[in-house]
Amino acid sequence: MSNKRLRDEEVPGLFRDGMTIGIGGWGSRRKPMALVRALIRSGVRGLTIVSFGGADVGMLCATGQAARVMHGFVSLDTIAIEPHFAAARVAGTIRNTDLDEAMLVSGLRAAAHRLPFEVTRAGLGSDAVLRNPDIKMIRSPYADGEELVAMPAIELDVALIHVDRADERGNGQVLGDDLFFDDYFAAAADVTIMSAESVVPSLSAEPLQSLVIPRLNVSHIVEAEQGAAPTACLPSYPRDEAFQKMYAASVGDWEAFASRYANVSHEEFRRAYAAFGEAS
Amino acid sequence: MTLSSDVTGGSDVTAGAEATAGADVTDVSDVADVLDVTRAEVCAVAISDLFVGAGEILASPTGLVPQLGARLARLTHAPELMLSDGEATMFADTPAIDEPFTEPEHYLPYRALFDLIARGKRHVVMGGSQLDQYGNHNFSAIGNWQRPSHQLLGARAAATNTANHAVSYWIPRHAPRVFVPAVDTVCGAGSVRLADARFADLRRVVTNLAVLDFSGPGGTMALVSVHPGVSVAEVAAATGFDLHIADEVPTTRLPTAGELALIRERLDPRDARYREVPR
Repeated sequence: MSNKRLRDEEVPGLFRDGMTIGIGGWGSRRKPMALVRALIRSGVRGLTIVSFGGADVGMLCATGQAARVMHGFVSLDTIAIEPHFAAARVAGTIRNTDLDEAMLVSGLRAAAHRLPFEVTRAGLGSDAVLRNPDIKMIRSPYADGEELVAMPAIELDVALIHVDRADERGNGQVLGDDLFFDDYFAAAADVTIMSAESVVPSLSAEPLQSLVIPRLNVSHIVEAEQGAAPTACLPSYPRDEAFQKMYAASVGDWEAFASRYANVSHEEFRRAYAAFGEAS
Repeated sequence: MTLSSDVTGGSDVTAGAEATAGADVTDVSDVADVLDVTRAEVCAVAISDLFVGAGEILASPTGLVPQLGARLARLTHAPELMLSDGEATMFADTPAIDEPFTEPEHYLPYRALFDLIARGKRHVVMGGSQLDQYGNHNFSAIGNWQRPSHQLLGARAAATNTANHAVSYWIPRHAPRVFVPAVDTVCGAGSVRLADARFADLRRVVTNLAVLDFSGPGGTMALVSVHPGVSVAEVAAATGFDLHIADEVPTTRLPTAGELALIRERLDPRDARYREVPR
């Protein structure tokens, strides 16, 4: 059995310029922020980011690493509009691919199933379909003849996800109420890097239905306690509203934020984050 | 789909028990005193009426008044409605709109929600930054598509909704900047774009001034009713395109005394509704 464990400092070496990188979680919930910081430290550029976006997308826009963002939304949940993403959009520095949420799900599922596209009604008649030349319609070959959206597969070079626990072989456990689409991200990627609050020898005694990421779709495991912070990783910790406000206010002063909280190792982040918590 | 906030903590056993006890708490013959009723309450009842005959579906109201209206519907004429916290759970209890649900009845992570949407068993009340005369909707971005002046929410699942099940809109400030001749980008699709869509079901637009639908010529927006104290001219002036207006425009109905009691004493005793539609 190959050893999938990686140390935080080994992660940046996995990234290359121009990659398509899918990031799990949803808005400000269970985002693999420790892995996003590793991606920031790598300094690779020209990335296509695929995400139900939050601060992951915002930070990669602020660093200039994201050339294109494919998303259903980019939001901090309690702060409806992600400020760094919005700034990049207004400045015109990224290529924006606005997909309806369920279209993005279909694209990931098509890639996970090794299909060229998935048929869906999601997006029908909207600009997410009609103004995107990469998305075609298809007519049902059956008697109904319905015109449907042929959502193309979204194939990922790398997927980043964060779970509550991993075993040493790379199986992942999620304890929160919603897996979101992390399993599809993992299955749609050539390489999946999974961080976990803790890595344990075995998950055999855990409720089966919480074991939701199979090791056959996981290439690397990184142990990262608070690895989703400041986003929510329920039931362990909620979204950090005070930190989010400070982050949102860092538009225009990105370097000061980045030098403490983004372009840093996970251990450096945790020290700065603890200090922020004590001060606020 | 909505931007939702976490609902945590608290308990309200009484509200749950009342909700399961049944819905016949309103005497529909009993009409409230017009002078006493606020605009927010008229709006809540107009939202509630969106769910007449809805049956066993998920109601997904976005905003305070829509939440009030959907819960009012469940406590009166639509006891079979299902309600969620906008996260991963559907709930059987019907608490006040500023209190957490406490009685889970079903698991609804996003994946299950998208499956439910595809099944069509849902009526969503969405907000929007722009709506045009065909009901094309935008809350993604204002201005140029690739380089907007204002980034908003993104596509979310508006166009999954409009392709699959009943969709209504709630606009708490009826104004020309919302009701525009053409939206900058189409998130939720309107009547013409959905003309051949098998399961599209575009219903109504409820605003702080009026109730509208798409029964006008060629699927255009038409005035269904004006709220008490609002003139047809006022609605027309607040709309940035020509509305279809019949010769006789009725007034939106008032809440019954029973509905008013539910709104004021049970579902919104701390007056959250006035944050959206001031007195």
